[in-house]
Amino acid sequence: MSRWILTSVIVAVTGAALPRPAHAGPLDEAQGGRLEQALERAIDGLAASSDDKINESVNKLAVLGDPRAIPALDALCDDRLRLGTDGHAYVWDSKIRDIRDPVTGAVVGGAPRPLKEVEISNEVRRVALPILAQLKLGSPDAAVRLAAAQELSNGGSAEAPALLRGALGREHDAKVRGALTLAIARVDLGSADASARIAALEVVSKSGDDDFLSTLQQMLGQGSDGKPNEPDARVRAAAQRARDAVVSHQRVVGFVGDLLHGLSLASVLLFAALGLAVTFGLLGVINMAHGEMLMLGAYATYSVQTAMHGSRFYLPVAIPVAFLSTALVGVLLERTIIRHLYKRPLETLLATWGISLGLIQTVRLIFGAQNVSVANPDWLAGGLEIAHGLVLPWTRIAVVGFVIVVAAAVWFILQRTRFGLEVRAVTQNRSMAACIGISTKRVDALVFGLGSGIAGLGGVALSQLGNVGPELGQSYIIDSFMVVVLGGVGRLAGAVAAALGLGVVNKLIEPAAGAVAGKIAVLVFIILFIQRRPQGLFAIKGRVEA
Amino acid sequence: MLLGGAALLIAVVIPLVAPDYLVPLLGKFLCFGIAALAMDLVWGYAGILSLGHGLFFALGGYGMGMYLMRVIAGEGVYRSNLPDFMVFLDWKQLPWYWHGFQSFPFAMVMSLVAPGVLALVFGWFMFRSRIRGVYLSIVTQALTYAATLFFFQNAAGFGGNNGLTDFKRILGASLHDPGTRKLLYVASAIALFGTYLLCRFVVTSRLGRVVTAVRDAELKTRFCGYESTNYKLFIWTLSAMLCALAGALYVPQVGIINPSEMQPSNSIEMAIWVAVGGRGTLGGAVLGAWLVNGGKSWLTAALPSAWLYALGALFVAVTLFLPDGLVGLGSKVGSKFRSKSLRPPT
Repeated sequence: MSRWILTSVIVAVTGAALPRPAHAGPLDEAQGGRLEQALERAIDGLAASSDDKINESVNKLAVLGDPRAIPALDALCDDRLRLGTDGHAYVWDSKIRDIRDPVTGAVVGGAPRPLKEVEISNEVRRVALPILAQLKLGSPDAAVRLAAAQELSNGGSAEAPALLRGALGREHDAKVRGALTLAIARVDLGSADASARIAALEVVSKSGDDDFLSTLQQMLGQGSDGKPNEPDARVRAAAQRARDAVVSHQRVVGFVGDLLHGLSLASVLLFAALGLAVTFGLLGVINMAHGEMLMLGAYATYSVQTAMHGSRFYLPVAIPVAFLSTALVGVLLERTIIRHLYKRPLETLLATWGISLGLIQTVRLIFGAQNVSVANPDWLAGGLEIAHGLVLPWTRIAVVGFVIVVAAAVWFILQRTRFGLEVRAVTQNRSMAACIGISTKRVDALVFGLGSGIAGLGGVALSQLGNVGPELGQSYIIDSFMVVVLGGVGRLAGAVAAALGLGVVNKLIEPAAGAVAGKIAVLVFIILFIQRRPQGLFAIKGRVEA
Repeated sequence: MLLGGAALLIAVVIPLVAPDYLVPLLGKFLCFGIAALAMDLVWGYAGILSLGHGLFFALGGYGMGMYLMRVIAGEGVYRSNLPDFMVFLDWKQLPWYWHGFQSFPFAMVMSLVAPGVLALVFGWFMFRSRIRGVYLSIVTQALTYAATLFFFQNAAGFGGNNGLTDFKRILGASLHDPGTRKLLYVASAIALFGTYLLCRFVVTSRLGRVVTAVRDAELKTRFCGYESTNYKLFIWTLSAMLCALAGALYVPQVGIINPSEMQPSNSIEMAIWVAVGGRGTLGGAVLGAWLVNGGKSWLTAALPSAWLYALGALFVAVTLFLPDGLVGLGSKVGSKFRSKSLRPPT
């Protein structure tokens, strides 16, 4: 019997089972109708009471080769196929607790009840699964073909190589072709023919797919008797090359991934450090509550998302809301508390620490101590696949792009606007600026608001990268201070360079030495660095106040 | 005279009359008093706002904790020669830096010397490159943060998250015995007075006056021929070691030391103790530590969610309205009152 199945499968693969698109051109109406009937009969036959009859129907479907039979076969193998009282087969959908038509997928009303469950033996399943895979390989949907190729290569049934080769010959989609080639290579690695194994290894080493790593290790290893698992020396050499290729590919993938991770960390640090650098440069005070502005911005995003019921366009609304609300908080703090402390920077540090405690506790009381999660909008879901196994998430790319825009805007404001001119004037010489009629108080308050608002924008970015909690700001504030120390006070270019350096170096050290070692190494580096250049990377030239 | 009376009251009378459950709490306060003195020494007298004294405090505590773990070797849950957490992590050998800690004198010396060396090296780098003001505060905070992360790791060999706990006895005396607790309390009281006298000696000495001069006008002092770096380094290291002493006395009384004790927020809280009492006055620092911690103990029990608000408000209010702390307020009110009464009517 199994010989007969095999034959029918091969017949199916080699031609009779070409996918039949829905619009197959000038098809003979009568013949089309006959095929429809045959398909329906075969599907209904899947719900037959004896294994033999089911087998017969399965093979009929193989011969018909119509991808529309996939749901029914799938249901048969998963024990979801039901026989109605009308003698037709239906697919049980446990989600809606109802049955669907096996071909159209439409929900069928309660008519054919009671339903009888179709039970099949493993024997039938063994026959049905490769046929299902073969049908899927012929599906008009590329995603289905891709999944089928992967499934077949893992399953490793006897018929798989023939099926896969047949499919490869017909395939036009490049992605599916790649998957099919890999699937064939995986099957061929177990082949008895040494040259087939070598050819497969070539394919593997070109792809660099790390799924093969364990197989390759196993090929290169030794059995318990001390003999190598792979008897042929040429194959062993090829396997060695393939493993080296896979490992180096993995290393590149890991490196690029870490690099992007570092870039997005650098972006968040830059959001925080831009505001810090400007306010510190202008006012000479350290705002310990600056990290809480990140946190408030993230919670503003969360609130907007909740208020808009998770509309996919909540982000464009959240950005101005987060900026304005945190800027407002910043201006209020400056006007009520910080301006009284300008001559006493160390006390400002303590007072703003007290403010940050108050802000954290307030948020905790309003939103709860647990983290909340801000969902990414669907247009930021997924990522950009630039090589096998290397997917760059859109969220991280968007955050990096966002910070570039914001940093450019800050540069523009500071260098190209009247307000920026005033800010720079007050930074350089406060009393002289006041003498020529610049309202230094107004500049102080606005700069504080601007700095806080930028941090609020950083909060929007952070909300897209992870969960949002009341202590969110605390974990970034120390690093962003380090950025300011390293980059030099009041220097935009310094902040950018230092944020990039710290973020990327941190994430590149992390995989090799662990997160903590990364932090400690960065700290040691900063301590040594400020020995040489106490004024930071981009020092203001000329006389520096002692 | 007044000082001697207070010493007698605190060291002898309180342990006799206080109920047993209060003794460790009050002992804790004495340790905080020592830490406040150390903080006042650097901030009040040398003008260095350290946000890293919590680290030195915790390091001293870890030194004591390591002794307390080692002295009960073989009596832990696993009956192993190693501390329980190492058995749990499947370590076979004692890490090299744990050797010797079964000896009390060695452990005590290390509790003070290790933080002292760290402070010396770190301070040398900082002061040498003229890092000061808020810069210095930030870098000390970063040091504390990095150290906290380090101690949180299991691989660091200090018990990770849980730290060191399940202590049983110190110098042969059970830590659960009320008598031992009273003795520890008395030891803390003696240490507090010793620290107070040492600090008073330092700040009234010639060296102390130079340090104060460096605080107020570093450049002028340098130009007068004093190497300000050395003076600052001395005060900084001394202060770190005093803070470590406070930590070493603190741990047997609370029964645990873990990395949350060195979190940056703890260091900043130390600054507020000193600010509340009054910077640059030794008595004020101790008073501030007791008031803030008394308020904390009361408020976290009575109204837990209000504590952070109260602490935050305290930071803001003290810096805005009480720049010289309570002692400063007291002397201002006192001098006003006195000058009024003494001034002849015109």
